Amino acid sequence: MKLVVVSAGLSVPSSTRLLGDRLAAAVGGQSDVDVEVVELRDLAVEIAHHFTNGFPGRKLAAAIDAVTSADGLVVVTPGSCRRRANGCSSASYSGLFKSFFDVIEPEALAGMPVLIAATGGTARHSLVLEHALRPLFAYLRAVVVPTGVYAASEDWGAEGLDGRIERAAGELAGLMAGRPAKKGAEPEVVPFEEQLAALRPAG
Amino acid sequence: MQFGIFSVGDVTPDPTTGRTPTERDRIKAMVAIALKAEEVGLDVFATGEHHNPPFVPSSPTTMLGYIAARAERLILSTATTLITTNDPVKIAEDFAMLQHLADGRVDLMMGRGNTGPVYPWFGQDIRQGINLAIENYALLHRLWREDVVNWEGKFRTPLQSFTSTPRPLDGVPPFVWHGSIRSPEIAEQAAYYGDGFFHNNIFWPADHTKRMVELYRTRYAHYGHGTPEQAIVGLGGHIFMRRNSQDAVREFRPYFDVAPVYGHGPSLEDFTDQTPLTVGTPEQVIEKTLAFREYAGDYQRQLFLVDHAGLPLKTVLEQIDMLGEEVVPVLRREFAAGRSADVPEAPTHASLKAAQEVTTV
Repeated sequence: MKLVVVSAGLSVPSSTRLLGDRLAAAVGGQSDVDVEVVELRDLAVEIAHHFTNGFPGRKLAAAIDAVTSADGLVVVTPGSCRRRANGCSSASYSGLFKSFFDVIEPEALAGMPVLIAATGGTARHSLVLEHALRPLFAYLRAVVVPTGVYAASEDWGAEGLDGRIERAAGELAGLMAGRPAKKGAEPEVVPFEEQLAALRPAG
Repeated sequence: MQFGIFSVGDVTPDPTTGRTPTERDRIKAMVAIALKAEEVGLDVFATGEHHNPPFVPSSPTTMLGYIAARAERLILSTATTLITTNDPVKIAEDFAMLQHLADGRVDLMMGRGNTGPVYPWFGQDIRQGINLAIENYALLHRLWREDVVNWEGKFRTPLQSFTSTPRPLDGVPPFVWHGSIRSPEIAEQAAYYGDGFFHNNIFWPADHTKRMVELYRTRYAHYGHGTPEQAIVGLGGHIFMRRNSQDAVREFRPYFDVAPVYGHGPSLEDFTDQTPLTVGTPEQVIEKTLAFREYAGDYQRQLFLVDHAGLPLKTVLEQIDMLGEEVVPVLRREFAAGRSADVPEAPTHASLKAAQEVTTV
């Protein structure tokens, strides 16, 4: 199975990427997955150009393909903190994170198992997972695992993070294993007579 | 094979001078562009249709009728006629009238339009765009082929004993193309009727064009109109030329960088690499245009976009001169070479009339 990590961390090294890697490793510990990481930082310019032009550049197209053809996703965004230089966002997922999911076709993630995760300055912002990320992926009709993982700065030096990582990873691995086989990429054409018939007045 | 110009009809300030043409300037420029196309031996001029600033062509048949009176050979067409928000009855009447005035040198291209508010301004709903295109065209198709039409549909007042006048010239309806960038329903519609399919083939990577043209060709054969290779395909193209490639890039870049639709985005170099845009010499335009055949197959009509983004009329006319003198003669020769004998030419009034006479004899 293919697991894709989407990381919107901006600094190098990034705690957001670090959390993504931990989650991917934990999923890998519970099921047989190939992991691919999509770093949105590398795609920032192509994402902006997608907004101005309506089509993805080559790197972005490859990333969108990877994400939409995955068997499961780990998505990680920087959450709120007061240090702009660290790529923090204001009261939500980062704009770059949202922008990436704005350029993916709305139906492309329907049914996709997704583990949501975020980093931030303090645990006061941990509900960003529930009030921002979970509704976004609900809109995209993805299946979000019950446990979201939030890592505040202090969590990297405290107990408890690894337990949440393991629990969320287990939930994602379970969903990925139970997901029905993917449909073929055959383009669907509704035969013209059917399109026409649907418009005929009843009676 | 037919070659021509298609114009969006935008009124855009020239970024190098800050000058904005008046609506009158732009309308007259479109006429001058069409007449230049005829003068240099091109075959087609097609105008867009828009109902909001900064665009001027809201009334295509008025413009095309005027051009028809001043040109002798040029085929007048549209890119596109809004089949969603226009009343199909009025399209039937307007284009039949134009056909008579222009002695048959008329075809048209159906499109849906992507400006949200235009739909409610004309009493329609953009979410019904595909359905409007399907139903309205089904009615238009009948109005040109049946003298008396009784009709009832979802979107328009029913018709009882209606005759659209004038009847099409010689009883031959204008040939219709259907344009779409990425809606398979429209390729399917074109295939069902055995009409032409046009992909604008600009501003987007070529794989969009390839996918849509392949679908249309497959379905054209499915509906029994001929082999996939015999389907009637038109493509757009986007060019800027100078004798020297660096001069072309230097002159076009200020227009490119701030152009409507694609400006303020990727560099000219990236855009040239990723879309069918060519900025360079006539030889480079020839090379890139000939390569369209690799993903679209042998096709019937090639229209170029040369007059947008505030380019001055003089520059645009120079582009058309170069097309006529250097590019199109080579393209005609090269496209003809290796073209299979059973690939038809684009239908014209004369060829459709001849075909009708054969079937009715």
